Amino acid sequence: MPIAPLPNLLAALPEIFLAVAAMALLILGVFQGEARAAKEVSWLSVVVLVVAIFMVGAQNGVRHVTLAGMFITDGYSIFAKILVLIGSAFSLILSIRYNERENISRFEFPVLVLLSTTGMLMMISANDLLALYLGLELQSLALYIVASFDRDSARSSEAGLKYFVLGALASGMMLFGISMIYGFAGSTGFDTLAAHLGGQATPSAGLVVGIVFLIVGMAFKISAVPFHMWTPDVYEGAPTPVTAFFSVAPKIAAMALFVRVMVGPFHTLLFEWRQVIWAIAVASMILGALAAINQRNIKRLMAYSSIGHMGYALIGLAAGNAIGVRGVLIYLAIYLFMNVGTFAVILSMRRGGKMVEGIEDLAGLSRTQPAMALALGIFMFSLAGIPPMAGFFAKLYVFMAAIDSGLNVLAVIGVVTSVVSAYYYVRIVKLMYFDEPAAGGAFDRHIGVEVNAVLMVASIIIMFFFLYPAPVVAGAEAASAALFPG
Amino acid sequence: MEIGLAHYLIVAAILFTLGIFGIFLNRKNVIVILMSIELMLLAVNINFVAFSSFLGDMVGQVFAMFVLTVAAAEAAIGLAIVVIYFRNRGTIAVADINLMKG
Repeated sequence: MPIAPLPNLLAALPEIFLAVAAMALLILGVFQGEARAAKEVSWLSVVVLVVAIFMVGAQNGVRHVTLAGMFITDGYSIFAKILVLIGSAFSLILSIRYNERENISRFEFPVLVLLSTTGMLMMISANDLLALYLGLELQSLALYIVASFDRDSARSSEAGLKYFVLGALASGMMLFGISMIYGFAGSTGFDTLAAHLGGQATPSAGLVVGIVFLIVGMAFKISAVPFHMWTPDVYEGAPTPVTAFFSVAPKIAAMALFVRVMVGPFHTLLFEWRQVIWAIAVASMILGALAAINQRNIKRLMAYSSIGHMGYALIGLAAGNAIGVRGVLIYLAIYLFMNVGTFAVILSMRRGGKMVEGIEDLAGLSRTQPAMALALGIFMFSLAGIPPMAGFFAKLYVFMAAIDSGLNVLAVIGVVTSVVSAYYYVRIVKLMYFDEPAAGGAFDRHIGVEVNAVLMVASIIIMFFFLYPAPVVAGAEAASAALFPG
Repeated sequence: MEIGLAHYLIVAAILFTLGIFGIFLNRKNVIVILMSIELMLLAVNINFVAFSSFLGDMVGQVFAMFVLTVAAAEAAIGLAIVVIYFRNRGTIAVADINLMKG
C-alpha cells in the first residue's frame, strides 16, 4: 500500500504551534505545582499568543488549501486570526491579577484559553463543514469550562451550566443543518458546494432547511437575536476576565466564520439568505438598544451592547459583497479594542478588595480617578458611535455598504437604534462627570501595570483611529478581496 | 414495504424534535437535558449514515465518527459542570436555575 504524501503543514503552522504549546504549558504547570505555576503559565501563554500573531502575519495572503481541502489560508483568514489572537492575548493579560485577587488563579485557565483560541483559528480557516464543526466544538468545549471557572461561586457555575445547555443545543441544530446540506448537496467541502450550487437554478427544499439550521447555529454563537438568551446571564455570572474574553475573541471568530460560509459556498443563494440576515440584524439592533436601558449591572449592560453591535456587523454581511465584508472586518477590529478597553475599566471597579458591578458605582469617577473616567468616556462615546471616536467610523463603513447594496431601510434602522443606544452609553458619562461620588468612596488605586497598559493602548487606538485609519482599512480591504476573487 | 432514505430521515427528524422538546419542556432535572442533547446528536448521526449510504460517499460515516467523539467530550464536560453546580446549590432541578434574571 503506497504511503500518502504528507500534506503541506506549513499553512497550519500557527494552529499546530498553539496546540503543542498549550500541551507543553499544561505539563509545565503540573510539574511546577499549583501555587507558583499560574502566573508563569499565564505570561508564557501571552508570549505564545504573540508568537502566533507573528506566525500568522508572516504568511502571505495567497490562497492556499491544504489537509485534503479541509483547511484554507488566505488574506481573509490572516486578518481575522490576528484580531482573534490580539483579543485572546489582551483578555489573558487582564485575567492574571484578577484571578490572583479572587483566589481562582490556576494554570489551567491560560491553557484552556489557548486551546479555545486554537479552535477559533481552525474555524476561521475552515474550508469544509467537518473542519467547521470540529473547530467550533474545540472552541466551545473550552469556553464552557472557563465560564464556570470560579467553581466555588454559584453564579459562575450557573453561567457555565446555562452556556453549556444552550451551546450544545445550538451545536446540535447546526449539526442537523450540516447533515441536511451534506445529504442534499452531496458534499461537505466549501469548494464543491460552491460549484454544485453555482449550476443550480433553485435550491432543493432540504438544502434550504439545512442552510437555515446552519444560520441558527452561527447566530447563536455570535449571540444575535433571537438566539441571544444566554448572553446576559453568562456575561453576568462568569468571572469578569472571562466575560471580557467572551465578548471579543469567540464573537470575532464566529462572525468571521459566518461571513466565510455565507459568501463562500452559499454566495449564489444571496437573495434567499439575505432576508434571514436582514431580520436577525434588525432584531439584534433593536433589542440591543432597548433592553440595555434598564440594566443596573455593567456586565449585563455590556452583554446587551454586544448583542446590538453584532447586529451592526451583520449589516455588512447582509450587503453580501466585498464592501460589506470590508465593513464587517473594520467593525470587528474596532469592536475588539472598544470592548477590551471597557472591560479593563470594569475589572478595575473594586472597593475594599471586592468587585463592584453596579452602574451607579461609577458615579463621580471623574473626581476620584480622572484618567480612568476619561478612558471609559472615550470607550462609551465610541460604543455609541459619536465622531471622532473609532466607533463612528466602524458604523459608517457598514452603513455605507448597506446603502451601496440598496439596503436603505436597514441603514436607517441602524442609525435610529444607535441614537437610542447612545442614551445608555452617554448616561454612564453623565454619571461619571456630573453626579456626586458614589457612597462607597473611591475605587482601589493599584489596578496594576498591565491593566493600565491595556487601557492606554485601547484608548489611544480608539481616540486617534481617525488620524491614521489606513492600516486597518487597507488590511480589511485586502482581506475582503480574498473572498471575492472574481 | 421497502425501507428507503425517507424513512431514515423521518426517524431522525422525530428523534431530533424529541431532543429539542426534551430541553424546552423539561421542568425537572438537568440530567434529562443532557440526555436530550445526546438524543439530538444521535438523530443527526442517523441522518449522516443514511445519506452516506444513499450517496455512496464515505464522508458521512467519517462525520458520524467525529460526532460520536465530540458527543463523548461534551457529555463529560456537561456532567462536570453539573457536579460543580450541585456542590454549590445542592440541587439540579431546572426550576432552581434562576440566580440571574432580567
